[in-house]
Amino acid sequence: MMTELVTETESTPVLEIRGLTQRFGGLTAVKDFNVKLTPGEMTGLIGPNGAGKTTVFNLVSGFYQPTEGEILVNSVATAGLRPHKVTALGVARTFQNIRLWNDMTVLDNIRVAQHYRLGYGFFHAVLRNRRYKTREAEIAKEAADLLDVFDLKRYAEELPKNLPYGTQRKLEIARALSSHPRLLLLDEPAAGLNSADVKELIRLVRWIHETFDVTIWMIEHHMDVMMELCNHIKVIDFGETIAEGNPQQIRNNQAVITAYLGDENI
Amino acid sequence: MKKYSLNVLLVVFAVGLLVAAHFRFIDSYIQIVVMTIGINIMMSTSLNLVNGNMGEFTCGHAAFMCVGAYISSVLSVFCFGTKFGDPLLPAASVLIVFPLILLIGGAVAAVSSLLVSVPSFKTRDDYLAIISIAVNYMIISALENMDFIGGSRGFQGMKDTVWAMIDIFDGPWMLFWVIFFTTLTVWVIRRFITSTYGKGVNAICQDETAAEIMSVNTNKIKIINFMIAAGLAGCAGGLYAHIIGYVNPQSFNILKSTEALVMVYLGGMGSLSGAIISAILFTGLLEVLRSQALIDGLLSPFTLVFPDWEPSAGVIKWVMIPLLLVIVMQFRPEGIMGNRELSDVFPWLKKFYRFK
Repeated sequence: MMTELVTETESTPVLEIRGLTQRFGGLTAVKDFNVKLTPGEMTGLIGPNGAGKTTVFNLVSGFYQPTEGEILVNSVATAGLRPHKVTALGVARTFQNIRLWNDMTVLDNIRVAQHYRLGYGFFHAVLRNRRYKTREAEIAKEAADLLDVFDLKRYAEELPKNLPYGTQRKLEIARALSSHPRLLLLDEPAAGLNSADVKELIRLVRWIHETFDVTIWMIEHHMDVMMELCNHIKVIDFGETIAEGNPQQIRNNQAVITAYLGDENI
Repeated sequence: MKKYSLNVLLVVFAVGLLVAAHFRFIDSYIQIVVMTIGINIMMSTSLNLVNGNMGEFTCGHAAFMCVGAYISSVLSVFCFGTKFGDPLLPAASVLIVFPLILLIGGAVAAVSSLLVSVPSFKTRDDYLAIISIAVNYMIISALENMDFIGGSRGFQGMKDTVWAMIDIFDGPWMLFWVIFFTTLTVWVIRRFITSTYGKGVNAICQDETAAEIMSVNTNKIKIINFMIAAGLAGCAGGLYAHIIGYVNPQSFNILKSTEALVMVYLGGMGSLSGAIISAILFTGLLEVLRSQALIDGLLSPFTLVFPDWEPSAGVIKWVMIPLLLVIVMQFRPEGIMGNRELSDVFPWLKKFYRFK
C-alpha cells in the first residue's frame, strides 16, 4: 500500500494546465493552453514577443485568475489562491527583470523567502521565546547553507544592488529555490547576460536540475540555451500553441520559423 | 558585561528622572516636556513602521492617537471617575487597571486601523495618503458628533485616575507610565522589525510583487503592521489624555498627524534610532522656540528695520520649524539618519548593547 502511494505521487504531474484561456478585455492573451509537466522534466516555452509566455507564468503563479480552464499544482487546483499560497504549494519563480529586495542583505533576501513556513507569528517575534529562537536559527542556518552551495557566501552581508548583474540573477534563482519548490519557473533567465554569463547560466541550471530534484519550466529567447537544456519545447504565438516537440523538431518546424521570421511569400 | 551598558544607562536615566521629579529637583514644566518627548517618540517610531519600513505614505496617524485617547479616557472615567456616576472599581486597583486601560485604548485603535489597512491591499502612495486623511477626518467628525462624551467641547475627568494613583503613593506617576510605555514601544518595534517575520514588511516596501511571490502573505503583514503602528499610537493618545486631563477631537487633527510625519521624515525613513532622535530634537526645539527672548534676539535684524513689528514666539516658531524642515530636506533629503540605524553609523556602539 505504502509503495503504491509513493509511485502514485511520483507519477502525478507537478503541473497540469487544462484549457487555459486568459482574456484581457477584448484581447485573448492565452488561448486553450494545455501542458503536463512530469517530475524531473526540463521544459521550455518560447514564442515571439507578446506571445503570452509571461502571462502563462503569471497565471500559474497566481497573479491572474484564469478566465477559463484550470491549473493543477501537484493535483491541487490553484483557482482562487493568492500567489503566496501557490508558492507554498511548491511553485517558485524568477522574473524577467530581476526583482530582488535591494536594500536587504543577500542573507535576508533568502531568509524572508521562508515566510510561508516560519512557524511563528507576531507574538513569538516580540517575546523571542524558544519557538522563535529555534526557528530563526534553523532558517539562518538553511539560508547560509544555501548561499554556500551557490558560492554566494562571501556576499551574505552585501546589498544585492551592489552585486554584478550575473550574480544578481544567480541570487534570484537561489532565493526561488530556498522555498523548496517542486516546480521552478524561470522567466528569461539569460536576459541581459553576456555570452560568458550565458554559458555559466546553462551550467547553473543543469546543476540545479540535477541537485535539487526540481522540475524546471523556462521561458527563454536564447535558442542555444533552450537547445542545450530542454528536452521538450512548446511554442506559442498570439496565445495559441503552434508547435511542440524536442529541440530538433522545433528548429525545423515551419510554423515556428514563420512565427519568428515571417512568411517568405510576403 | 559591556554589552548591557546601554540597558543599564537607560535604567539609571529613567530612575534618576523619576527620583528627580519626585523630590522636585525638576519642576513640572520640565516633566511635561519630558513626557511630551516620550509621547512624540511613540508617535514617530510607530508611524515610522508604516511610512518608513513599509514605504506606504499615510498621513492620518493622529486619528489612531485620537481613538486611543478617547477610549482610554472614557474607560478611565467609568472605572475611577465620578462623571458617569459612582466609580466602577475601587481606587486601590488603579495601578493594575490603568495600564490595561491604555492597552485597551491601543487595541481599539489597532482595530480602527483596518479602515486604512484594508484599502491598502489595492492602493498605494498618493491614493492611500488620501484615504488616511479621510480616516483622520472621519474619526474626528464622528467624535465631534458624540454628545455623550462631550462632542466638540471635549471630554475631561481623567485626572481622577491620576489622583487615585497619587493617593496610593505621591509620586510622578504619569512620568513613570510615559517612560514605561515609550520603552515598551521601542522594544516591541525593535523586536518585530528585526525578526524574519517583520522583515516581510521591508520586503513589501522594496518589491511587493516579489514579496507576494516569495510566499510573504502581503495582506496579512500589512494588516499586522498597521495594527501595531495604530495600537502604539493609541497608547500614546491614552497617555496624552491623562497627562493633559482633557481631550478634544480637534487636538488630533491633520496638524497633529503632520507633526508625526515631520518627525519621521526628519529622522530618516525606516530608521528607528532616527525616529527617536528626531522626536527628541523636534520636541526640544518646539520648547526652546517658545522663549520670547530667543525669538526677539533671532529676529532683531528684522525688528530693527520694521520697528512696528512685534513678533510673538508662539506664531514665529511655526515659521521657524517648517523652515528648518525645508532646509533639512534641501541639504539632507534622506533625513538625519537616512535608513540607517545609529549603530550602522557608529559601529563601535555595537559593543555597548545587545538587542535580543
